[in-house]
Amino acid sequence: MGLLSFFSKPARPLLQLHSGSFSLDRGGSVLATTLPSSFPPELIVEIGRCVVETFQAAHAAQLPLDELGVYYPGLTITARELRGGALVFLTTSTSSVSTHKLKTSDL
Amino acid sequence: METRPKALLVDDDPDLLEVYRETFAALPSQPEIHTAPSGARAIAMLEAVPYRLLVTDLKMPKMDGLQLLSIVRRKFPELRTVVLTSMVDEQFRSRVYALGVDLYWHKPGTEPEMKQFMECLESLLGRESEPGFRGMQSKSLVDLVQLECISQSSSMLRVTNGPFIGSIWVNDGELIDAETEAARGEEAFQEILSWRTGNFEFLPPEPGRARTIFKSYNALLLETAQAFDEAGNTDNSANAMPGQAAGGDTNGLTTLSQHDGVEFVLRITAETKVDSRGLENPERLASWTRQSLERFRTLGEALQAGTLEQVTGLGGRRNVALAQKGHVALCVGWRQTFGAGEIRDRMRKILTLWGS
Repeated sequence: MGLLSFFSKPARPLLQLHSGSFSLDRGGSVLATTLPSSFPPELIVEIGRCVVETFQAAHAAQLPLDELGVYYPGLTITARELRGGALVFLTTSTSSVSTHKLKTSDL
Repeated sequence: METRPKALLVDDDPDLLEVYRETFAALPSQPEIHTAPSGARAIAMLEAVPYRLLVTDLKMPKMDGLQLLSIVRRKFPELRTVVLTSMVDEQFRSRVYALGVDLYWHKPGTEPEMKQFMECLESLLGRESEPGFRGMQSKSLVDLVQLECISQSSSMLRVTNGPFIGSIWVNDGELIDAETEAARGEEAFQEILSWRTGNFEFLPPEPGRARTIFKSYNALLLETAQAFDEAGNTDNSANAMPGQAAGGDTNGLTTLSQHDGVEFVLRITAETKVDSRGLENPERLASWTRQSLERFRTLGEALQAGTLEQVTGLGGRRNVALAQKGHVALCVGWRQTFGAGEIRDRMRKILTLWGS
């Protein structure tokens, strides 16, 4: 068992994703958020920047959009255009993935 | 030819790496064990030499395991990946599996756990990366159907290929029916057999099932194989779309643009060549597509949320969906009446066909 005790070491925090929402003005400044304070503020700003830039670039490409959906395996970002800014929703896809992937036939 | 499978172990603790090396070297397949003290070093090693298996910790400084896995899953999709961690957190386990990792294992604390873990590793090391159906690696659907027919079995074979589901019925060794969402009978059978990967399961037979296939399984398999050979002669590109002709993309785009609900299709290759159907001036849209996909791909890596699947956009004039496969980006315009959920589902189907 001495050998197996090697397998543990002190924990360091990993980025935890959360479901929640936030709003941005047209300059990309965060106005309000329901995300927990543990979620890195710089990531909220980065998500907002990507969303606002995409809306603005779409408008410039003569493709005005009201809603964006960005789909990752672990997270969905939904954003609604709001007078040049945006209302952004984050939804983690925790539960549905775990039940599927833990089937032994998938291993 | 690879003789001994290569495994790469990643952990920032050199003592642990040494323990891993000694322990894993005792696996029956006698893998060649290499170690990396950081995610960056691991990526450099993976780029230099092909590996069969990557085992990584989650908690590491600078580039953590989730970041490493995000990059690895995108750059080396054939690599088998295992997370070995002391973290007991359901969210991380789910995210790891969402990244497409093969195995998430809590660091073993007892000998039985260690033994079980080693058996799983051995199984992963033994798997070939060739196309095949999970549950019976390297067996094609043709093999499965032949086995059922030769053994005079009765069963229903359900096959899933991403969002597509198909069923094949065999009664007393006779192929009697096949069905997909869009077809039935021989046509459905040929469609199912065109899927190169996926999952299958055998379900109880349905003795009362109406017969729609009257040819012998041998004749039908032969016809299907001939059809594939002919299609193969005109489509050898890894990124080819359905119906794409050799040496040109024209027919592929046309086929995509004919799917129900599709209003236009735009494709951008690695050389930024733009092809489109249903668009008069595609350049601006192509530029927006490229930039948007790159923006959200980079964001996905920062969030450690996995490889970007697709982006949908709804607007008063157009509804669009964007996705990237390899070095090719695709923008599809969808009917105005579709909502985001329907567009996403339909886009997934198109992407699955595109990758088949």
